[in-house]
Amino acid sequence: MTLRATLLGAAAMMAASPLFADGHEGERGRDGQLNIIYWQAPSTLNPYLSGGTKEVESASLVLESLGRFSNTGELLPWLAAEIPTVDNGGVAEDLTSITWKLKEGVKWSDGTDLTASDAVFTWKYCTDPNGGCAQASYFDGVESVEAVDDLTIKITFNAPKPFPYTALVGGESPILQEAQFKDCLGANAPTCTDANFGPIGTGPFKVTEFKANDVIQFEANDMFREEGKPAFSSVNFKGGGDAAAAARSVLETGEFDYAWNLQIDPTVLAEMESKGLGSVKTAFGTSVERLHINQSNPDPALGDERATLKHPHPFLTDKRIGQAMSMAIDRSLIVDIGYGAGGQVTCNVLPAPEVYASTANDSCKTQDIAGANALLDEAGIVDTNGDGVRELDGNELSVTYQTSTNAVRQDTQALIKQWWSEIGINAELRNIDASVFFGGDPASPDTFQKFFADVEMYTNNFAGVDPEAYMANWRCNEIPSPETQWQGSNMQRFCDPAYDALVDKLAQTAGIEARAAIVKEMNDMLMASYSIIPLVHRGGVSAHANTLGGVLISDWDSELWNIKDWYRVPE
Amino acid sequence: MLTYTIRRLILTIPTLLFISFVIFLIVKLSPSDPTSNLPLTIPPEVREKIRESLGVNKPLLFQYFLWLKQFFWLEPRIYLETAFGWDLGTAGEVRLISYQTRSPVMDLIWQRMPQTLWVVGTAYVVGILIAVPIGIYSAYKQYSIFDQAGTFVSMVGFSVPPFFSGVLVIVIFSVMIPNDSFWWLPSIYDTTHQVTDWESFKFQFRQMIMPVMVLALQITAQISRFARASMLDNLNQDYVRTARAKGVRERGVVMVHVLRNSMIPVVTVIALGIPGIFGGAIITEQVFKVNGLGQLLIIAIQGGDVPTVQTLTFIFAILIVLFNLIADVLYGLLDPRIRYD
Amino acid sequence: MTDTPVETRKAARSQWWDVWDQFKSHKGAMLGAIFFVIILFGVLIGPLLWPYDATTIDIRSRNQGPSWGHPMGTDQLGRDTFARVMIGGRVSLAVGLTAMFIALVLGTFIGVLAGYFKRLDGILMRTTDLFLALPLLPLLLVVIMLFRETLSARFGPEGGIFILMVSAIGITSWMQTARIVRGDVLSLKEREFVLAARSIGTPNRRMITRHVLPNVLSPIMVSATLGIATAIITESSLSFLGLGFPPDFPTWGRLLRDGTDFLQQYPERAIWPGLMISLTVLGVNYMGDGLRDALDPRIRGR
Repeated sequence: MTLRATLLGAAAMMAASPLFADGHEGERGRDGQLNIIYWQAPSTLNPYLSGGTKEVESASLVLESLGRFSNTGELLPWLAAEIPTVDNGGVAEDLTSITWKLKEGVKWSDGTDLTASDAVFTWKYCTDPNGGCAQASYFDGVESVEAVDDLTIKITFNAPKPFPYTALVGGESPILQEAQFKDCLGANAPTCTDANFGPIGTGPFKVTEFKANDVIQFEANDMFREEGKPAFSSVNFKGGGDAAAAARSVLETGEFDYAWNLQIDPTVLAEMESKGLGSVKTAFGTSVERLHINQSNPDPALGDERATLKHPHPFLTDKRIGQAMSMAIDRSLIVDIGYGAGGQVTCNVLPAPEVYASTANDSCKTQDIAGANALLDEAGIVDTNGDGVRELDGNELSVTYQTSTNAVRQDTQALIKQWWSEIGINAELRNIDASVFFGGDPASPDTFQKFFADVEMYTNNFAGVDPEAYMANWRCNEIPSPETQWQGSNMQRFCDPAYDALVDKLAQTAGIEARAAIVKEMNDMLMASYSIIPLVHRGGVSAHANTLGGVLISDWDSELWNIKDWYRVPE
Repeated sequence: MLTYTIRRLILTIPTLLFISFVIFLIVKLSPSDPTSNLPLTIPPEVREKIRESLGVNKPLLFQYFLWLKQFFWLEPRIYLETAFGWDLGTAGEVRLISYQTRSPVMDLIWQRMPQTLWVVGTAYVVGILIAVPIGIYSAYKQYSIFDQAGTFVSMVGFSVPPFFSGVLVIVIFSVMIPNDSFWWLPSIYDTTHQVTDWESFKFQFRQMIMPVMVLALQITAQISRFARASMLDNLNQDYVRTARAKGVRERGVVMVHVLRNSMIPVVTVIALGIPGIFGGAIITEQVFKVNGLGQLLIIAIQGGDVPTVQTLTFIFAILIVLFNLIADVLYGLLDPRIRYD
Repeated sequence: MTDTPVETRKAARSQWWDVWDQFKSHKGAMLGAIFFVIILFGVLIGPLLWPYDATTIDIRSRNQGPSWGHPMGTDQLGRDTFARVMIGGRVSLAVGLTAMFIALVLGTFIGVLAGYFKRLDGILMRTTDLFLALPLLPLLLVVIMLFRETLSARFGPEGGIFILMVSAIGITSWMQTARIVRGDVLSLKEREFVLAARSIGTPNRRMITRHVLPNVLSPIMVSATLGIATAIITESSLSFLGLGFPPDFPTWGRLLRDGTDFLQQYPERAIWPGLMISLTVLGVNYMGDGLRDALDPRIRGR
């Protein structure tokens, strides 16, 4: 596994990705214009002010970080000369600091030199208490960032950090130019519209025109450090419309070269692809569409104590019911109907990176309605009053099942409802506008944190390759409740002291093998509780024209991470 | 008439203030949240910080008065400064900032105005120019083949929503027709395109054909129906018979007497529609990626961007009040018997 | 009308007979009415007779073209499109007709009052301006947040959202009718026959019902026809934008919207619901035409 290589300090990654030495070299800008369409338009080019994927990815053409993750999840040195490890001395033995060395001679697109003080400034910019920085979690646990000399950056942590590649690594925390942003700290951030809309960067392109939520024009950066790159002289980055239209513009009309996030019906996408103008690519990261099974009682009669741990759920805390619900689901059919190439069946909440993926739960991959019925019959959970719905201690197994409004999710809901009805569980479907469901407004009863339902479905993932923070989501103290103003990420209200102990243990364990073992144990513990039922491992689906070469889409970083290497295939 | 107009103009101020407050309450009370579009990887503490930096949690009335001050006092001064180079002391004051882009809302609106006015405005003009003659002729030759065909086409046109007709014309003109053909049309509107010469004008014309076609269909259908109905009402009036009896030429009867008297509902509909031009056409803009004011509004609504929604809807409200006033004045000109005083 | 003697009531009834005779003789109107009644019965009774249920999933027969078993084919989950079109029609027709009715009654009422009584004009028209300015989408979000729980508790989840949608579309679509009616009334008020009626001391209520309303009927009819289409389309646009009825809940607008994605592979999925919307609107339009002609005494008997 590549991640192990980075952690244990292989020296093989010193060279900057000589991946495409396939005869497409030439002078910079030789291939003319590249047309990219994102059906959600970027609203700013400063990823620290908006954490949205569209902003992060469009900004990645301009702004770069010390290291980037490749399409295989490998950490490549980008602005850094090499990846610091314990072995090469870049990471302190006690894991409390990391020292990065910048490449020599890197220039900003305005011609000035990139220095370590820009990195220090970026840290200050994002951690300013009044700034509302969207990527603040990347700097969690960072005690200080210092410029040892012009090219050396030392990041000190307040506790041992077994995975230190977060701050200033990956598309979500790039380095900003101090000279451009020095007056934009904290509450002044929104007054710097020019800087936010046209950041100066070290990347292969620079911004020539930015229209918020509409279109961005880039041109090749003359100061870019790699000779002969990028191949394109300009980029037209259009936003807006819907996924089907974006797919059509690449696969059917040929107006655009690259389209992002094509969540449309798989048969329609396949039909479009068959026209032969372009091809569809999928990159799998860590996104999993899952069901959360509420362990607390969402009964409105409980008033303020609704959906809190004070009242356990009357029947969903029974693991056998959760298990039967999971067994009744035909995950491969859900993939076929809703996701196509963009999904894989999974039985783990943590399906990737490979080294962390457990195989202990794979039995869920095949549907077993008979087995589920037998399990419930054996447990004595049967239908006693002849209405077709089983009861446990007099409680009808009737659930409300909520998710955000989205065509694929409603199809999935309808399918699962049908399967559950076959095992004597009745589901009432509900869907909520995404801006409300994910909005977190404490006044609204419909947010996914409040979870005033029995089952809810959505997708979550984590950025980068290290699952430590993600797995900590299911600690007891992460449970949303009125005391926490309904903040927290343990939606299903899973609480197990043994699990919390593993979280603490993981935070102090270094070494990929040892960490992977703990993570797998945690994953299996969650799965065995049947408080969370994974359905589909989702990938990012994008399409590119067949005349576009060098595309290696990645779900570990910005999809456009290697745009400097893209070129026009001669026809 | 003049005193009426002045009285109405003065009355618009309290009306608009009241409208702005109602809009503000609705936008503010609606449960969408500015952080809802962010990936779930961003933890809740960070979201709370973002909300705080946007000022979402400030008291309701404070936010309303801040908006009032920014919209009515600060923004006009900034325009005066840039227009005349004066110094009105606006430096350092925080402008009306959009939650999503963290940039001034008014700049976004100015940026989007041209493409919206071009596309939606052209469609409106085209629609009126087609609709009024159709309406007149259909009424004059009621139940002729022309009238029947016009009714059929306009009703079907009106009942087909733009998300369908838009995709249909894209499939026909952008997908089925090969893109080296003369008849091929672009499915994605280029908002950065500048018209400088004949070639670039041709490009602009081509990219406007489909959205204008789709929009004009709806507008034509609606206005022609009202024009026809109103003409029919007037064609049977006594004064028409009198005019004919007096020997006025048929053309004069229809085009002068009947048309003028039939214009009141048509003027109303047109006046109600003009603010809609500025409001953009949400769905048509989305289908053709025109990204005008309609798209700005819908993105802002989905993203819980209160300042942008509030400002856009309020500008919309000003136009509605204004154009309804214009329509009222026009009634008086079309029918001198209408007196408001 | 309590003080009207017996003869006039008889006369009134024969007047409505006249109207009906005239309406019958209008070919377009009869054709429109027949179509409309067929569609109405189809969506009301059809689902009871048809063997397939609109929500039953049959994965093995998904994405089928038209056949004897499924005359309109099946969708991506194997649900029968014909059954969905029928069930969808119930909701769409109900939304269209109810919203049109609200808009019509409210719009005509306010328009006539504002046009006829000068004192009410200012306040009513400013209220109209206010409603015209209200942004529909945030309004719906607020309304859904405030009232969904209570309405779902009382009318069930689908009944609740139905009431919300109908009232939201209804109360945000009467303004155009109101403004048009008011404009016409303003001009009508100065016509000779109205002045004549007033000079003989006709009370206001009689003036409005006898002289004003019949003469503003044609713009009202046009508004009504367009109103049905607008309501059905508004509902579908709201679904398109993620509000309104849930996606698993078929309506014509929703089916048309979903079918649009499959326009190239399975055009019938979009064509059928689209055709139903158009036929309904056309039917109502011709009925409106016939009714308008029938109610115009100058045309009657021609």
